[in-house]
Amino acid sequence: MRWELSPDQQFFRETTARFLVDQVPVATLRGLRDDPAGFPAGYWRKGAELGWTSLLAGEELGGGSISGDGLVDLTLLAYEFGRHAAPGPLVPTNVVVAALAAAGAAHADAVAGLLSGDRIATWAWMEATTPERFGELTVEIGVDGEDVVVNGVKRPVEAAAQADAFLVSGRTGDGVTQVLVPADAAGLAVTPLTTVDLTRRAATVTFTDVRVPRAAVVGEIGGAGDQVERQLQIAAMLCAAETTGAMQSAFDMTVEWAFERYSFGRPLASYQALKHRFADMKMWLEASHAASDAAADAVGAGGPDAAARSSAAKAYTGEYGGELAHECVQLHGGIGVTFEHDLHLFLRRITWNRAVYGTPAEHRQRLARILIEREAA
Amino acid sequence: MNTAAEHVEMESLEDFRRRARAFIRENLRPIARREHRDFTDGAIADEEELAAVARSREIQRMLFDAGLAGVCVPREYGGLGLTPAHQQVLNEELVGYEFPHHLQSPTMSPCMAVLLDFGTHEQKLRHIPAILKGEEIWIQFLSEPSGGSDVAGALTTAVRDGDEWILNGSKVWSTGAWWSDWALCLARTNWDVPKHRGLTVFMFPLDQPGIEIQRIEMLHGNKEFCQEFMTDLRVPDSDRIGEVDGGWTVGIGWMFHERMAMAHNEPVITWPPSGGHGISDPGVLVDAARDAGRLDDPLARDLIGRGYMTTLVGGPLQRRLGEGIAGGHLSDQAASIGRLYGWEVTKAMMTLPFEIAGATGAAWGDDDGALRGSGQSYMVRQAIAIAGGTIEMARNVISERVLGMPRELALDRDVPFRDVPRGPTAHR
Repeated sequence: MRWELSPDQQFFRETTARFLVDQVPVATLRGLRDDPAGFPAGYWRKGAELGWTSLLAGEELGGGSISGDGLVDLTLLAYEFGRHAAPGPLVPTNVVVAALAAAGAAHADAVAGLLSGDRIATWAWMEATTPERFGELTVEIGVDGEDVVVNGVKRPVEAAAQADAFLVSGRTGDGVTQVLVPADAAGLAVTPLTTVDLTRRAATVTFTDVRVPRAAVVGEIGGAGDQVERQLQIAAMLCAAETTGAMQSAFDMTVEWAFERYSFGRPLASYQALKHRFADMKMWLEASHAASDAAADAVGAGGPDAAARSSAAKAYTGEYGGELAHECVQLHGGIGVTFEHDLHLFLRRITWNRAVYGTPAEHRQRLARILIEREAA
Repeated sequence: MNTAAEHVEMESLEDFRRRARAFIRENLRPIARREHRDFTDGAIADEEELAAVARSREIQRMLFDAGLAGVCVPREYGGLGLTPAHQQVLNEELVGYEFPHHLQSPTMSPCMAVLLDFGTHEQKLRHIPAILKGEEIWIQFLSEPSGGSDVAGALTTAVRDGDEWILNGSKVWSTGAWWSDWALCLARTNWDVPKHRGLTVFMFPLDQPGIEIQRIEMLHGNKEFCQEFMTDLRVPDSDRIGEVDGGWTVGIGWMFHERMAMAHNEPVITWPPSGGHGISDPGVLVDAARDAGRLDDPLARDLIGRGYMTTLVGGPLQRRLGEGIAGGHLSDQAASIGRLYGWEVTKAMMTLPFEIAGATGAAWGDDDGALRGSGQSYMVRQAIAIAGGTIEMARNVISERVLGMPRELALDRDVPFRDVPRGPTAHR
């Protein structure tokens, strides 16, 4: 998180931080392990009232940012979500809001439902893929008269069983199309998956001749490639910010532990072998803060470096977030691998964020492509 | 009373950028990637090195005459009195062009930065304009053969003789001392107090009797490292910087600047971002993959992506540290985080081209393009983890001074320096 926030941003961040401590303290998070939704009733709507879903929609749609750059404001929330391992579909819902808002007034009603928190939407983008083919879409969105027809499989889809609607990214011939599919559409099947996170829910969503009117298309048929790229950048950048928050919590807990835990009559913090590992962790942590803030600035500005910055942040926090979390477990000893201890809440969130919206290896492939293209220019 | 000239409006960033761009495009030569050679390149012929140093001096003089030197240096010492943001603009405009890289570290920082922080008005007047004109290249006399990390354990001795000091001892690992002009030197002036309290900082010209400079060949043939021997070297007291026995106060600032300079995170350093076609330019990875015929190989692309990621994170991290220190959010000891990350970047950039090169990294010919010497560079990479303060010292500083963890046991604390063990003893 950046050093300097405006008073409004500071207030916004603190309000959510207090809300999370109050509504979903760690004891509650543990209790949500077997909860189908992964969050308490009313939680998401109250969060929406705090502005969790309205930052990426313009004022004409009932939204609005705090600072003028809604993406930067949103990273403050993502950071707090990571710091508290908070439940709720923050990333996919906001990606859908961004997509619908980019399409103008056509989907104003759907946006209104998401902004109030009465409805949840999620982004059906990920598919089983490989690093070299990362981002390729196999789900087909065909045109049939006044309808479009969706066929294929998306997985994992976050909060699929909780969502009222799916923003499906697929291909139409050589082009990319996005369509908003209601959860109760005929031919749509949701098969829950087991996830690494206590409160994140996900499923495989199968579309078999799912038919929706053309009005459900978001943007242009076959012309949504750039918008999908932007959505990926937003998702990657938010995951990086959230992971940074989780890294901060795990690191702070472990530093405190190192001062309090004594072995051989000395605190752990006095052993050089361990101090040097803390130094590396501090570097990874500060680098993660810097990388995710730089990604937010770049994606917010929509400049030519947005793709590289967001992928660098995603790849770096994915790799070193995982390293840091495991180091924290190691430095705690046996207690670090128990369910009783809080560390795994953050390890889980870091692990989830590492794998979704592109692994470090997948984002390294993207970075290589970007750099090779830049060098060829 | 005040004349209008004293109320000079600060030049806007836009005007400064326009002026810098015009000068650079008109006067400086575009350079190819890795054209500015450094120690990673192995042996460099002396004539080639001296010509490059002369060109650096010449460019520095041109920048000075054009009103583009010493951007953040006060006007009274020949600088422009502008802001770090102006320096950043100059750095950005220099991307892809030659620049006076021999005069940055250690001349501008830490040496000139230390003078600015601790020198007297007269000392600054005498040296800083000369540095900004490219007339004085400085070197650090800091590490000694007896120890590098334990800087305050310096054995080089200065003894007072009237208005002069007489120095004896040896310094080492000073890159390019053989073509430098002035030295900043940490010496022991009192053996009867604990080590940090008996040090004093001096400056002196290198070209004089009493100083012998020997060059050291590195494992890959480069001869830029030097060792110096001072024998009854006389230094006037007016060339002392800071208080007698107060050298550690200067030394702390000195090492702070050294860490910041290592990370190119100093407003007195002129250095284009992403390495200025130097070793931290990720484009070298694409050159290597192209010349290895591996541009479409996902394994090579993974290595390119890793290097690009590492360099992309570096800029924002150095900025975050600089802003955090300036804004009081971080102790200035946090500069060590930047030093440690600088090593991450260099390690990646001195390893990945070798990795991409395959067997050509071990044996190459003249027609192997960017793959030439990648194995040499790989073998000498640890030099970057040692020079400018080892990464182990950086990790000590981060854990102890940033995170507040207990200090390492030191047997030389609160003991007169002459009683500190300096080697194994037969009996205890």
